[in-house]
Parts: sequence; C-alpha cells; structure tokens
Amino acid sequence: MATTLTREQQRQNTPDRPKPGGRPGAVGGHRNWLAGVAGWLWLVVVVVPIYWIVITSFKEQSSYYITNPFAPPAEPTLGNYGMVIEAGFIGYFVNSLIVTLGAVIPAVLVAFMASYAIVRSRTGWFLRSVNSLFLMGLAIPLQATIIPVYLIIIRLHLYDSLLGMILPSIAFAIPLSVLVLSNFIRDVPKELFESMRMDGATEWATLWRLAFPLTRPAVVTVAIYNALTIWNGFLLPLILTQSPEKRTLPLALWAFQGQYSVNVPAILASVVLTTLPILVLYAIGRRQLLSGLTAGFGK
Amino acid sequence: MSPTATPTTARGSRNGGLAWLAVPALVFFVAFGVVPLVGVLALSFTTWDGIGDINVTGLTSWQAVLSDPGLPHALWVTFLVMALSWAVQTPASLLLGVFLANSQRYRAVLAVVYFVPLLLSSAAIAITYKALLDPNFGLGAGLGIDLLVQDWLGVPELAFGVVIFVVSWQFIPFHSLIYQAGVRQIPKSMYEAAELDGAGRVRQFFSITLPQLKYTVITSSTLMVVGSLTFFDLIFVLTEGGPGDTTRVLALDMYKRGFQANLMGPASVIAVILVLVGLVLALILRRLGGRDATHSQMEGA
Repeated sequence: MATTLTREQQRQNTPDRPKPGGRPGAVGGHRNWLAGVAGWLWLVVVVVPIYWIVITSFKEQSSYYITNPFAPPAEPTLGNYGMVIEAGFIGYFVNSLIVTLGAVIPAVLVAFMASYAIVRSRTGWFLRSVNSLFLMGLAIPLQATIIPVYLIIIRLHLYDSLLGMILPSIAFAIPLSVLVLSNFIRDVPKELFESMRMDGATEWATLWRLAFPLTRPAVVTVAIYNALTIWNGFLLPLILTQSPEKRTLPLALWAFQGQYSVNVPAILASVVLTTLPILVLYAIGRRQLLSGLTAGFGK
Repeated sequence: MSPTATPTTARGSRNGGLAWLAVPALVFFVAFGVVPLVGVLALSFTTWDGIGDINVTGLTSWQAVLSDPGLPHALWVTFLVMALSWAVQTPASLLLGVFLANSQRYRAVLAVVYFVPLLLSSAAIAITYKALLDPNFGLGAGLGIDLLVQDWLGVPELAFGVVIFVVSWQFIPFHSLIYQAGVRQIPKSMYEAAELDGAGRVRQFFSITLPQLKYTVITSSTLMVVGSLTFFDLIFVLTEGGPGDTTRVLALDMYKRGFQANLMGPASVIAVILVLVGLVLALILRRLGGRDATHSQMEGA
C-alpha cells in the first residue's frame, strides 16, 4: 500500500489543469482507499441504469421480454423513437423551450439589475430591505406557495397557458440569482466604477458596459442553473396546465408513461429523447454546466 | 439612456437612481413569492374547492388538519425521508468529493459520467426506476434473479428504501461537487505538517479533512435537509405516496388534499406547516453552524 501511495502522490503533483489562485491542484497525502472504492462503486451505480435505458430504448417491445436485459439489441430499431415523436413530443419540446427561455432571460436580466443596485448602494434602506427579502426567499420552500400561485394565475386568466408557467418561474429564480450575481459584482474593482463615473457615464451605462461584461461567466452560470431547473420543472406545469398541447417535457413524459406503462422500451425512448438536449449541452460545455449546477455554492 | 443619476448628483438621489433598477425583480418576487406566501396563510382560514368561491371559515381547516392522524404521519414520513437521505448521502458525497478532488485524468473522465444524474429531471428518473423495478417487466424479471423480483414499490419498507435510494442517486452528484470544491480549498501544507508529525491517513482525515470541511458539511446538509422538504415530483411519479400512505411526505400531502381532493383550505394549512418546518430547520442549522445559512451556502465563493 505504501508504494502505491507514494506513486499516486507523485501523480497528484501533476494536476491536469492549472488552478486559479496558485494553490496546488491536489490535496496532499490524501489518498484513501475507501474513497477509491466509493468512486468505482458509484460509477457502477450510475452506469448500469443509464446503459440499460439506452440499449432498451432500441429494442422491439416483443424482444424486450425474452432477451437478456443487458444484452445489446440484436436488431436495433428506431420504432420506439418514432412512437414517441408521434405522441407529440416535438410540440412538448417547443413548449419546454419557450417556457425555459421565456423565464430565464428576463429572470437573469432583472436579477442582474437588482444585484447591481444592491451592491452599488450601501446606504439605501430600500435596497437593503429588498436584499433581505430575497435572502428570505432562499430559506422558504417556494413549493409551499403553490396554491396561491394557482389562484393568482387563474385570476389573471393565464391558467393553461405557457405565460402562466413563465411568470412564477421568473419569480422563483430571482432569490438565488441575486445572491450569486451580487457576490460576483462585489468582486469588480471599485476603481473601475469610479473611472466610469469620472467619464460621466450613468449608472445604467455602467451596468451594461462595465458590470455585465466583467461578470459574464457568473451570468452564464446563473442562467444555466435556472434553465436546468425550469426545463426539468414538474410541479408548475402539473398544476397550472390542463390541456395536453400545453404540456412541457417532464409532464408529457409522465403522461406518456401512464398511457404506455407496459411498453418499457417506448417509455425509455421517451426518457432518452427528453434528456438528449441537455446531454448535448453537457457534451459542449461540461465545465460551465457543472459550475452552473452548483451556482457558486462551492465555487 | 438613464432617466436619473448623473455623476454629480448628491448621494441620496444617486441611491434613488439606483433603486429603480431593483424594481422589476421586486415586482416579480412580490407578485409570485411574497403575495402567495401571505396568501397561503390567508387561504388556510378559508374553505375553497379550487374552482368556486372562497369562503372564510375561520379555524375549520386548521381543526380538520390538526385532528387528522394523517398529519403526524406525513410529518413522520417527511422526517424519515430527510434523516435517511441525509444519512446515506452525506458519507457517500464526502467520500466521492474526496475521491474527485484529487485531479487525475481518469477521475476527470469518471466525473463526466458521475454527474449525469444531475441533468435528468426527477420525472425522468422516477419513470426509469419505476420501469426498472417493475416485478413483471423490470430488470429482475429479465435477468431471472429472484432476489431482484420484488414488488419494490408495493411493499411499504421496500418502497421507502427505493425512495431513499433514488433520491440519493439523483442528488449525491450535486453534493459531491460541493465537497470536491471544499476539499480543494484545504491548504496542502496542513497535510504535510501532519505527515511530519507522523499522523496516519485515517487520523489526517478526522483531524484535518473533516474539521476543515465543517462549513461545507453545514452547507451541504442545509441544502439536503431543506431540499428534502420539496421532494415532490420524484415521489409523486415514483409511488404517488404509496403504497397506502407510506411515502406521503408533507409536499405530497399538500398536493393530494388540494388538487386531488379539492380541499384547498386544509392543503394551505399543510403548506403553512411546510414553511414553518423549513424555517425552523434553517434556524437550527444556522445555530449549529454559528453562521448564517445563506452565508455558508456561499462558502468559498
């Protein structure tokens, strides 16, 4: 064991990417076999269901029952996918896209403006109370407010509409977005704000021309976090919509499953299909997506 | 472009010029966050079927809920889900976080796979496991392994175990990410010093890693505990609270009373209890950490 440890320690000293802040990449003397076992075990726990989902989604329903579940399909078929698309999933995909973009873009913009105001003004009682209000919003499970939200949406005549899902999604995204964005705006050197002010720029101009570009990674992170939350959201569509053509993907998935509960390959094809867009994004920008997922919790 | 705020205006009006920037966010949050929060309390004193008129009926709904044995049951189930999912996720996430924090190429490759559950919706995960665990059509039946052919979602103890497992499957990646970041913040020199003093690895883990991760543990635990109150979609799709009421957590209880039994008054009472439980938990965890939960959430930021 001792020799492996030294060898691994040496390997640790060659981090696979530079670390900001000059701290050495790995934590020294920190190899432990228990963590190693956990690491490989977890890999199995994650990979087995995912492998099963993917191969099964290409099997014929008839062959699904008689073949080994872990054997790849003898005659792969796209029939299940065809069935899912015929069930209207393209429309649900468009709905999800509209709701997600329609909520994330305004949420991030208004949260950014609010964060800027909160950071730049240290004295105003108004902005300080606004900040406390948003912080309070973090401690409260917003799902608990769903009944009044339902009532409000009905009264606004927005029940069973995409806009009806967008508006509460914007509100629910604001507290965490403000918290993360204001932490990043706080890191922008004061001198830069001062020099903008000297040049006669208004706060509005400073906001968009200085603060926004300088904190763009944080903006992207927050946008991704919110987009994933809204894309995967289930409760709001469940409560605020009724007609099948207004469904977003998670709700459509649930309805599809209720309808074809014995057709396992078709259900799994619907799972793969609804997850595909996120997996593509994950492949393109894994690092951004992961930092977006923790939204600065452990930057 | 801006209606206010010139560089030469006095401090007070400059803040006035800034304040309007916060107004749009405030309007959204008040309309769909604060008003509903007050509204849920108000609705708990009414009778409403979700469609017709809302009648103020005082404490009727509160009496109905508080005398219902379903409430202590739902509270107990919520607590069990919270405690067990915490007890499973914390050691696992800690170990995985430590494992991942050591940057090596093969771990970076593993990490790509590790985090996939994070990307899936709770609905997709629940549907997958429902299919996978089906006693007739699932994995166990296909493999012909009798041990795996159980009525996983039909037997109370098994269904409860499945819920804990699936919750862990979904959220362990998130918490290992947090722990990974926490472990990377620990100065390497501490381990070098411990090594010089002849401390073994187990000793180093308990004397350095764990104490240094105190705030990370609190952050992650806060998110787990408060987050567990909102496991709605996963349990709803997986078991619908069943078998019987075995997995009927508070959030599900609220939904079922309100949107299935059309008793919005009692459902609002449950919602108020949910908010109170959340606040009490946040306060307790804040005590434990000696720091504000919202600050500890930003640990290392």
